Amino acid sequence: MKISLRGVRGSIPTTGPETAHYGGNTSCTVVSEKDWILVLDGGSGMQKFNLLNNTSIKRIDILLTHLHLDHIQGLGFFNPFFDPSLDVHIWGPASNTHSLHSRLSRYLSPPLFPVLLRDLPCKLILHEIENSSFDIGPFTIQSRYVIHPGPTVGFRIAGQHSVFAYIPDHEPALGSMGLFTDKRWISGIDLALNADLLLHDAQFTTLEYKNKIGWGHCNMEDATRFASLAEVKHLLLTHHDPSHSDEQLNELISDLKKRNNYSFDYELAAEGMEIELT
Amino acid sequence: MPAYEIEIILNRQLADCLSIPVFITDTTGNLIFYNEPAEKILGTSFEDTGEMHVETWSTIFKQQDEHGNLWQPENLPLVRTLRDCYPYHKTYWIESLKGKMEKISVTSYPIIGRAGKFLGAVAIFWEAKDL
Repeated sequence: MKISLRGVRGSIPTTGPETAHYGGNTSCTVVSEKDWILVLDGGSGMQKFNLLNNTSIKRIDILLTHLHLDHIQGLGFFNPFFDPSLDVHIWGPASNTHSLHSRLSRYLSPPLFPVLLRDLPCKLILHEIENSSFDIGPFTIQSRYVIHPGPTVGFRIAGQHSVFAYIPDHEPALGSMGLFTDKRWISGIDLALNADLLLHDAQFTTLEYKNKIGWGHCNMEDATRFASLAEVKHLLLTHHDPSHSDEQLNELISDLKKRNNYSFDYELAAEGMEIELT
Repeated sequence: MPAYEIEIILNRQLADCLSIPVFITDTTGNLIFYNEPAEKILGTSFEDTGEMHVETWSTIFKQQDEHGNLWQPENLPLVRTLRDCYPYHKTYWIESLKGKMEKISVTSYPIIGRAGKFLGAVAIFWEAKDL
């Protein structure tokens, strides 16, 4: 299973030399195995995706954790949507009030976007998911609701030989007690348990988090503790705050490593990073 | 064991922040969490007991009407909520751990998750002002 990070910035894209190393595009990760491709979230990192004339691929699956703008703003610029020879499946969290089609159409319709969802040339198939299990090609996928404002899921993706857990927007320590030690009381822990790689929200510092409780995001300390409790092998911290420059992020990860000595590898996710799980 | 649904977890986080006694059960009535104010009613702490089967914790209460007649458990708000997936409220008397009769009100509600699934129930105990 190959993991390609196309966007690791949270909330809003950033540009400029101060964020060039870790990247300014919002959430998008491409997972591939054999001739199957999963695109996780449709943030601005999605615009760089193309099949490079790979004609053997006839289907692409987009898995959306939720429908906040930083996770769907790239959809309108996703090239496969405009290829009539492709089947594009979108999997997104169900809501009690509106269909996935109706919620996506809020963005993919005038005045926000000139092309309607129903007018996309590809064959588009929508799937509403909740606490679900489903198979796509060689992948077995579990989605579970996690703590974040609005219907939001995380994904556990099992390939033939490895497991990748993807929880880019998550506030597992919401509440007065913080992160519980009993795993049954931790949002999202089932998704990450013993994963080979976990990509997890770490938008804030501990100090910043004190003023942003309930915003739906995690601080770096809680993210690493979550990964430790889940006993993952490798953690990538993502959804970098748009106000954090490369220099600040380097300082934050350096300080974090000085304070914590975990047995697993952990580092900051960077746009362009590619990881092969074997 | 798998983690609880986030709707249950969020109810526990809320209960942790409240100064009123809160009990959370699973769909079969097993007590999966109670907060610190509730510890005074049960006479024990969640830290010590952990989760309790319904047969264990339900016998702690001796619920009565104002004339001292014992109530059947099926009339309790929480039991009715577990049966009907509907909220209930009732004021009645319980015998405290010290043998003293105390008037309380209980409000119970079902936890219905995003997928419309019944996940458990919550009971909140209030000090009753009037019967």
